[in-house]
Amino acid sequence: MKRKWNWPIWVGFVLVLAGLFSYEFFARFPITRDFPWANFLLFGIGAALLIVGLFRAFGRPQAYRGKIFGSFFAAIAVLCVAFFSYVIFYVLHQVPASAGAPHVGQKAPDFFLLDQNGQPVGLGDLLSNSKGALLIFYRGFW
Amino acid sequence: MRGFQHRLSEFDARGIRVVGISVDPSDVSKRQSQKLGYTFPLLSDPDAKVIRRYDLLHPGAGPKGADIARPAEFLLDSDGIVRWVNLTDNIAVRARPQQVLDALNRPSPVGQ
Repeated sequence: MKRKWNWPIWVGFVLVLAGLFSYEFFARFPITRDFPWANFLLFGIGAALLIVGLFRAFGRPQAYRGKIFGSFFAAIAVLCVAFFSYVIFYVLHQVPASAGAPHVGQKAPDFFLLDQNGQPVGLGDLLSNSKGALLIFYRGFW
Repeated sequence: MRGFQHRLSEFDARGIRVVGISVDPSDVSKRQSQKLGYTFPLLSDPDAKVIRRYDLLHPGAGPKGADIARPAEFLLDSDGIVRWVNLTDNIAVRARPQQVLDALNRPSPVGQ
């Protein structure tokens, strides 16, 4: 008898890959970027399906395919989630402490820089005729 | 910064000038602000002199090990005094416009 297609393995694996590669998309919205729960949700559903598929493959190998490729996909899925977690919980937190940054109540250091049109802009220019300024330091688009 | 662009009119209405600062050269900033539709200035600090002065250098974190700025936001009053600051401990988590607007709405400390 021909063994049946073990779809949970395939769908589960695709969901884990989707969880990894959708980071860029979900990172565009603060609600899914500050903590990447949408990615972990995809990982969770994918992992559950992979487990179901593996139980089928190993429990009823005469009826379902997937003992070998299912194990292989599951191993890749584990690596994907481990890599993602390493980046989210370790790499993203490698930020300098910046203990010497200006504190509340201190005067902000002066500066004079060129804007995107090559026009010089000083802190004094930003503060004249205004009620204040918001300085957003960012990593850059390179 | 996309969020700040979306709510820029609320900062304008309160008389707050919004600027971005990074190591990007002016031409990169120009291309990005055109592409993303940013109307506030992006200031260029290619040698990270100002970034260093604010103690915001993230050494070697840029492409090919270049020194760049760590994300940080400072709200200054018209005297240049820091009224609110956000130093994130996660590169992916930045200040949201609402946090800054809330800080603006809080009464100033005594003596102001």
